[in-house]
Amino acid sequence: MSDTHAETVAFVRDTMLPQQEPPASTVGFLGWSKTNLFTGPFNTIVTVLCSVFIVWLLWMLIPWLLSPTWNATSLGECREFLVAAGRVGEHGASGACWGVIRERWIQLLFGFYPADLYWRPILAFVLLFVALAPVLFSDKVPGRLLMFTMIYPFLFPWLLWGGTIWSPICAALGFVILFAGVKYLSGVIGQLASIIVSVLAAAAWWLFVSGAVQDALASILPLAIQSVPSRDFGGMMLSITIGVVAIACSLPLGIVLALGRRSDLLIVKSLCVGFIEFIRGVPLITLLFVASTLLNIFMPPGTSFDIILRVIIMATLFASAYMAEVIRGGLAALPKGQYEGADSLGLDYWQSQRLIIMPQALKISIPGIVSTFIGLFKDTTLVSVIGLLDPLGLTNSIRADQAWNGIVWELYGFIAVLFFIFCFGMSRYSMYLENRLKTDHR
Amino acid sequence: MTTISDPPAESFKLSMLIYDTRYRSMTIQVVALIGFMLLVGFLVNNTAQNLATSGKTVSFGFLANPAGYDINQTLIDYNNQHSHFRASFVGLLNTLLVAVLGCITATVIGVIIGVLRLSPNWLIAKLTAVYVEMFRNVPVLLWIVFSMAILIETLPAPRDFRGEDPAATMNLFDSVAVTNRGVYVPEALFSRSLGDVHLFGNSPIRFDISLDLVLILAVLIASIFGIRAVRTRADAQQEKTGVRPKTWYLTLGILVVPLLVVLVALGFHLGYPELKGFNFSGGTYLRNSLIALWLALSLYTAAFIAENVRAGILAISKGQTEAAAALGLRSNRIMSLVILPQAMRVIIPPLISQYLNLTKNSSLAIAVGYMDLTGTLMGITLNQTGKELETLLLGMLVYLIISLSISTLMNWYNNRVKLVER
Repeated sequence: MSDTHAETVAFVRDTMLPQQEPPASTVGFLGWSKTNLFTGPFNTIVTVLCSVFIVWLLWMLIPWLLSPTWNATSLGECREFLVAAGRVGEHGASGACWGVIRERWIQLLFGFYPADLYWRPILAFVLLFVALAPVLFSDKVPGRLLMFTMIYPFLFPWLLWGGTIWSPICAALGFVILFAGVKYLSGVIGQLASIIVSVLAAAAWWLFVSGAVQDALASILPLAIQSVPSRDFGGMMLSITIGVVAIACSLPLGIVLALGRRSDLLIVKSLCVGFIEFIRGVPLITLLFVASTLLNIFMPPGTSFDIILRVIIMATLFASAYMAEVIRGGLAALPKGQYEGADSLGLDYWQSQRLIIMPQALKISIPGIVSTFIGLFKDTTLVSVIGLLDPLGLTNSIRADQAWNGIVWELYGFIAVLFFIFCFGMSRYSMYLENRLKTDHR
Repeated sequence: MTTISDPPAESFKLSMLIYDTRYRSMTIQVVALIGFMLLVGFLVNNTAQNLATSGKTVSFGFLANPAGYDINQTLIDYNNQHSHFRASFVGLLNTLLVAVLGCITATVIGVIIGVLRLSPNWLIAKLTAVYVEMFRNVPVLLWIVFSMAILIETLPAPRDFRGEDPAATMNLFDSVAVTNRGVYVPEALFSRSLGDVHLFGNSPIRFDISLDLVLILAVLIASIFGIRAVRTRADAQQEKTGVRPKTWYLTLGILVVPLLVVLVALGFHLGYPELKGFNFSGGTYLRNSLIALWLALSLYTAAFIAENVRAGILAISKGQTEAAAALGLRSNRIMSLVILPQAMRVIIPPLISQYLNLTKNSSLAIAVGYMDLTGTLMGITLNQTGKELETLLLGMLVYLIISLSISTLMNWYNNRVKLVER
């Protein structure tokens, strides 16, 4: 068969053809646009429509943004500047009024914080990044910085609220008592008993002793910086303060709640389920109302809480319930073999959670955890409803100002950009972290 | 050879409560329970003391007192002489109104954006990505007050519609008036109306239901059943002969003809908004606050829904598409018969939790003055009666009931569509 076939062929090529360049229409920008923009008539129409839309948007937006009104002191003056620049459209003068941002940006960032003390919140937030660096970028930053991370929670409120330096030190001493007790007593009276004793000792320190010690130390050595009352807090600084503290507290609380919800202990489990479902079932705004009107009723007569502290407590509780559900998802996603493996190694409950389960479960739930963080940070704007002056709360007074009455886009746009930078940054970081921790081969 | 005797009977020691795993869990639970009860006792005791000091008592009697305030947008009849309970009920209905409206538009926008984000067209994929990131990374409260401010500042005032040469005109053949106080749209009127049916007698939750509306809905539902019957018959015929009969004209007829007959019989006509004096009258009036809230909540939630839809479609492996294509299905049939039914299982649970979020976020209505449950019961009623404890507990309870019923629904659905595995 095959030889008859060979005889019918007149010519057989015995060398390979040299490789040719791919056609110009399939490589480079041309090829890319052909596959991504102009595949078929329908896609071409869509592309053209989208381009027209984008061009129209930029056509409207860029002249509006490039508006020579930076030095205006009122909306009326903005219009004068625009008319002077010959920028008069059919609906009167067109262009942004940037004067409001120049005049009020510092207020939108710091609220009514004393102007000569701006260095304190700025320092606090710069140090925040120093403290976070060993946690966030553990592969690039020396681990010794973690010592600073441990000190930072006591430094942060002191820098913001000011007052005597002895109060953060006394608060920190309570933790020192706690850890020293656990470390040195556990050899003597057993682990569990040492934990109980240390917790009791620390609680006794905080509740009864530390106040007196603090006063005594302050009278001997009055080291203090000017204290700033909570009502002067405002702007982005307030949002970040509430957000950072609530984020930092809600993660451990959420882990505890998630473990409680998955535990076999019926009473612990039902308490956790009840808490989580209650918090997730009501809007945050109602919890903030509770913070502003009810929390003082629940406390012993005569106690009065700082309003920012009350809001932080409520925001923490709120976020921790969502966090618990996210982490529970991560725990449920772990294969059962991991739990059994930990048991077969002879680890007890807390050891297996700490060494085997949590590192994996937290890694799985990073996207959920970060989106809870982002949600919490966005939700800090709700404090404007109960009268705190976060950026949105400040817009009301700015828009009620005679000079800036009628301003909308510039003001809200500015705040939106601020929030966008923080939230988008967080979501990008979570992607980076996911990539770094990705150990499976897919 | 050794004989095995019974182990010595253990005597119970107190330390076994901590160190014996058989008893330890009981110990922990009892400690937790005692701690919880102590906490509750502490809070209740404090509350009782504080209330006694301020001379307040816990009672819900205030709900029956006249509210004394007006609500500018109501679905049912209400005036300021009605009780606080009635006012709260109006607020609850307003909450549900904006939640339902928001869920519908958010779903529509979200599904469109989510599908477009997967488009092979690079430009449209990027545009929708920008939309999603823009709305997801900015607080919803900002969007709400922002849209309210835009509506107030940029739309024409009702007086601009007056005069010989008005600065603003009505849209859509003079039927819709968009003003900075709100939007006036034509309302449906029936000249041979069947009247209303009055529900719940004289109680605070009484409301009227228009019989015309009930009749129209009944006819529509009957038409849908008719269409289903037609389709079943067509299916049967296709099974038998292999040829599917044309049914679209029958379907259209069943849908349109009975509805038209009913509308004509009821004397359906539209009542247009008209400029009278300084404001419009007639038509249905949608206040600014409702529109701003509706708009912001829908656009914001749509960004999240778009991500859920995208994730759901991406979760279906490519092999499914290829297998369907190998069976000879066309691309739209692949989408509707193979991809979407599977993607739905992934999409629906987060979708419902987005609905839940939207409903809870609707409580931000208070920032733009829309009188929902937060604005009535937890807003003005609280301020007027000074009953913080009762109003807040009641309001939270209502939200809790709404949330729990939605999540029960979700669990029921999840169990129904769950993949049955080995």
